[in-house]
Amino acid sequence: MITWFQAIAYRPVNVYIHCNARGHRLKVPRAVIRPSGENRVIINEHIFPEAAIMLSFRKGLKDGVPIALGYISVAFAFGMLAVEKGLPLWSPVLLSVTNFTGTGQFAGIDLIRSGAGLWEVCFTLLIINIRYILLSLSLTQKLSPDISVGQRLLIAFGNTDEVFGISIQKTEPLTMRYMMGIILCSYTGWNAGTVLGVLMSAALPVMVRTALGIALYAMFIAIIVPPARDSKPITKVILLSVLISCLLTFVPILSKIGGGWRIIICGVISAALAAAVFPLDIKDDTAESKEAAK
Amino acid sequence: MSTARILLIIFVMMLCTYLPRALPLALFRKKIKNRYISSLLCYLPYGILAAMVFPAIFSSTAALVSAIAGTLVALILAWRRKGLLVVSVSACAAVFIVERILDFAHLL
Repeated sequence: MITWFQAIAYRPVNVYIHCNARGHRLKVPRAVIRPSGENRVIINEHIFPEAAIMLSFRKGLKDGVPIALGYISVAFAFGMLAVEKGLPLWSPVLLSVTNFTGTGQFAGIDLIRSGAGLWEVCFTLLIINIRYILLSLSLTQKLSPDISVGQRLLIAFGNTDEVFGISIQKTEPLTMRYMMGIILCSYTGWNAGTVLGVLMSAALPVMVRTALGIALYAMFIAIIVPPARDSKPITKVILLSVLISCLLTFVPILSKIGGGWRIIICGVISAALAAAVFPLDIKDDTAESKEAAK
Repeated sequence: MSTARILLIIFVMMLCTYLPRALPLALFRKKIKNRYISSLLCYLPYGILAAMVFPAIFSSTAALVSAIAGTLVALILAWRRKGLLVVSVSACAAVFIVERILDFAHLL
């Protein structure tokens, strides 16, 4: 008996229906697919109970495009700066390929240039990157239960602030295909930007470069403002976090706290308070995950 | 600075970036049932992203005025639910225009 479907939508052209119980994969050409309440999908006007529309690879690629374009400009600035500061041409490219992170790589330029000790490198990077622990922890709650540990380790490499910010907004569980799409797209943009920056470091006028500095921050604003508009608690989390962040930056004694810690402190305090005052109703989806495990 | 040394630093950087991302994903597989913790994890991204933007955004350009202009443009467009790219490109354009005006007035 068929118990659980995954309908992977490449709409509106082709639909792949993946039946978990039997391991079949059916292709339905030119299907019209739409969700119909909880655990029900309508495909070509036929109702499939206990089915769900899963996020596809293509959807991931599509969601990755704005991230990739933002990354091209930031990574461009990174590649350019690294060359200007006298690093060998290959090193910023290698940094982008292996690290795939913004702030850490910018800090890395100075660390390499000043010939920093390995412990200093380690300590600086960990402080900058400590927020990823919280982001990844948050992401574990959104990933589809059928993703294996090996696949999670692959997703971890691509869990940047922006990939996280976009994927966490999805209402559907995050599939491996979707995550690979969004990560592949942004990773390509990040590395393409770095290579371009290294190659054309002198070609771009300073006035354009300073204007690009705001690109990523604006993207974050675009990620957090629409949900804040819909939810009072989220608005309060954001305002409180900004307030604490400004205090920690401008009050003389507090400003000694490093940037990585500042972000953690703001995030945890504001979210902890909001969770106490506005607890969410958690959906019980254990039944669904049990079905999926069959 | 020798090539070997740079390679070593890049390797250490890679570990210190990958491990914080990977450990929670590898070790933590269950859905959290606790209402408080799951609410906290839901609010956390917004707190963290907000703290990353403010006040750092105001020093991300050549002048405070242009940064404020870019921030306002981004806030207004994001409020109107424009996409990431539209918000981002418009903010950059606003910064560029304001900096040209400052430049013209010899204020930069």
